[in-house]
Amino acid sequence: MSKLRSQNEYEKTSSFRFWQWLAGEKDPYIDNVEMKVQEEFHEFPIQVRKREIDHIKLHDKIYDIDHNKEIKFFQGAYRVSAVVLCSVIMIALVLCASYLPKAGSPDNPSVNEVAERYVEQGTAETGVINTVTGMILNYRGFDTFGETCVLFIASSCVMILLMVSEEKLKNLPKNLEPKDDKILQYVARIIVPVLMIFGFYVIVNGHLSPGGGFSGGAIIGSGLILYSSAFGAEKIRKFFNEKVYKCIKITALILYGCIMTYYFYTGANGIPNIFPLGTPGNILSAGMIFFINLFVGSEVACTVYSFYALFKRGGL
Amino acid sequence: MDFICNFPAFSIVLSIMAAIVSSALSGKWAKRVNLFVLFIVMGLSVCVLGYTVSQGDFFVYTMGKFPAPWGNEIRAGVLEGLMATFFCVIMILSLLGGRKHFYEDVEESRHNLYFIMTNLLLSSLLAMVYTNDLFTAYVFVEINTIAACGLIMVIQNGRTIEAAIRYMIMSLLGSGLFLIGICILYDLTGHLLMSNIQQSVSALVVNGEYQIPLVMAIALLCVGLAIKSALYPFHSWLPDAYGYSTISSAAMLSSLVSKGYIFLVIKIIYRVIGFDAFVDSKIINILFVFGVLGMIVGSLDAIRENDIMRMIAFSSVAQIGYIYMGFGLGSEAGMVASVFHIFSHAATKALLFISAMGLRDASGGSKAFIDLTGAGRRNVIAGIGFTIGGLSMVGIPTFSGFVSKLLFSQAAIQADSKMLITLIALAISTILNAIYFMKTIIRIYSPVENEQPISLKIKNPVYVISIVCFVILNIVLGMWSTTIVSLIESGLSMFR
Repeated sequence: MSKLRSQNEYEKTSSFRFWQWLAGEKDPYIDNVEMKVQEEFHEFPIQVRKREIDHIKLHDKIYDIDHNKEIKFFQGAYRVSAVVLCSVIMIALVLCASYLPKAGSPDNPSVNEVAERYVEQGTAETGVINTVTGMILNYRGFDTFGETCVLFIASSCVMILLMVSEEKLKNLPKNLEPKDDKILQYVARIIVPVLMIFGFYVIVNGHLSPGGGFSGGAIIGSGLILYSSAFGAEKIRKFFNEKVYKCIKITALILYGCIMTYYFYTGANGIPNIFPLGTPGNILSAGMIFFINLFVGSEVACTVYSFYALFKRGGL
Repeated sequence: MDFICNFPAFSIVLSIMAAIVSSALSGKWAKRVNLFVLFIVMGLSVCVLGYTVSQGDFFVYTMGKFPAPWGNEIRAGVLEGLMATFFCVIMILSLLGGRKHFYEDVEESRHNLYFIMTNLLLSSLLAMVYTNDLFTAYVFVEINTIAACGLIMVIQNGRTIEAAIRYMIMSLLGSGLFLIGICILYDLTGHLLMSNIQQSVSALVVNGEYQIPLVMAIALLCVGLAIKSALYPFHSWLPDAYGYSTISSAAMLSSLVSKGYIFLVIKIIYRVIGFDAFVDSKIINILFVFGVLGMIVGSLDAIRENDIMRMIAFSSVAQIGYIYMGFGLGSEAGMVASVFHIFSHAATKALLFISAMGLRDASGGSKAFIDLTGAGRRNVIAGIGFTIGGLSMVGIPTFSGFVSKLLFSQAAIQADSKMLITLIALAISTILNAIYFMKTIIRIYSPVENEQPISLKIKNPVYVISIVCFVILNIVLGMWSTTIVSLIESGLSMFR
């Protein structure tokens, strides 16, 4: 059995007041709680000024580097100890150098059978005229392969650090683009083709004359940088965009790796090599060195240009 | 020549090629290629290890057509095979254990770049392990440095960039000193191949020629590599680099990168300078003093530290101090203990990093130590992993840390003049280790209010598998230590 409450009784309960408050008919605080309108916070300009000055004074006191004795002492001691340490190491190294064998003397320990074979039989064994190239790409090919990987990993590392998203790359701020400089563009128009051809010449003549993949690649890369800084990113993307860059880089490195693997395998197992040495002095000679120079050259050119582009705008 | 002799060269070239291919792939495929190559390289290394154990001798492999003093050469013995296998195992487990965090931390456009770094890191570690040529070692040290930097700064925020720059500066200083050392040695001997340098150096020692540059070269080589592997006074880059990078990177940096350099130091001691000439030079005492100082100061720093990751990082400083102290003892037994400690520390530290990350995730990603209260109940497997890692570091029997401490004390008893210092330092460092590990273990198992019931539901199976594998590795190293010690001894005897 339920009991119906009368209206008066119901109006006294808290649930009635709650529903009334929820419907917005009556505010339970009015007439029940003492209320006072707050004064608006007001500060005179002179007080504001005083507060700001106090803040600055306090800030200066806390971060006072010029008068803080501990920091000053630490900085001084740091500098003095750095100078002392560096000079001690420098003096030790210079003294050590004075005890080394005399430079250029014929009875140095470094004049031994190793250098002798490089100089005397280098041409016959590797088919190169430029002994240095023969040494780095054939005798010590593994080191140079590692050195090329250093370039590859360096460009990947810069990519991790500086690469931006594609949308951001497309909407670059205008101040990153070169101004329409007529003189620079005219000079670039003359110099860039010459640089490209000269770089290519240095690469393909690597086994005949001083130069090779590393130096020739750097020349081509600097040509690309000049073109890009004269004409802007849009123009260079027409023939050297990210796709082309990746294609060239990966093809060159994979082919280089394959040649090196083949060379290690055949060399260590005593299997004859399929690369003919040719006549020393011809462009198409020296077996695999010619191809390796091409691959190293394209890799170096790509890396040099990608460094520039990544530092300048965060992408190719 | 047997076909297996090609395997060291294949594993180096394979990991380089995998890195090159990864740069054209998406992050997902790069990850698969990386894992695939890691397993293959592990298989190849196991074959090399088995082959050298069965032959009972090392073999050399000319990289190219021309034999040693003219061309490049690599060399594989028991210790090299063991090291390469172990590095692959640790790398696989660290990558698996940190995989979930890697996806959260790293932007998707950088995933494949991360795997390029890991592949090249693997290749450089393998080359540093197998090389028989000092300049090849330098080239791959460079690759290792840059790869480690990339691994640190793959998360893009202020702290990691700062840590990476710090690491870069210190590490390049180390590379520079190492290179100057190689130059001086080349000037004195005219060779870059390790065996030939050793012949010339022993002739120089017998004749008493060029003593000052020789000592200088040894000092530069050792100090250069000591900076790179964070020996005590040169450790300032370490806590930030390990504490703020993504978890796989931290595990790999602490257990692989610094261990690669330490292995190179061992190679230089045995194969380049000659063990007896090294013991006669006074450099050994410097390594000993720095090692002992590192053991104590690193542990004290770890006790003061409030962030669990940085605490484990400081603990690395102490453990690397142990290894260099073992070199400093100047005896065969000390070397064996150091090499064993390389294994035990690598297995334990990666486990600690990965399980500490799980504990931190269970506490809402908070870095404060107090928030870890009860984390071991919220994430059971990480709690177990951390406890076992901590017990192993402190040196409780059945775990790997005990065996290395035992070997160190046995080696110390044989060394007359350094016995007392070594034993005291070992005791103090063990107590300090116990203080900070026990503090953490008690903290993660303390009860909290309104605790949720322990759930044994496995949310992340890869993570659980990696922790279980690390624990098994730890127990294997602890229980079957005699096999491993005999392998290490035979490997070191092949170095002579």
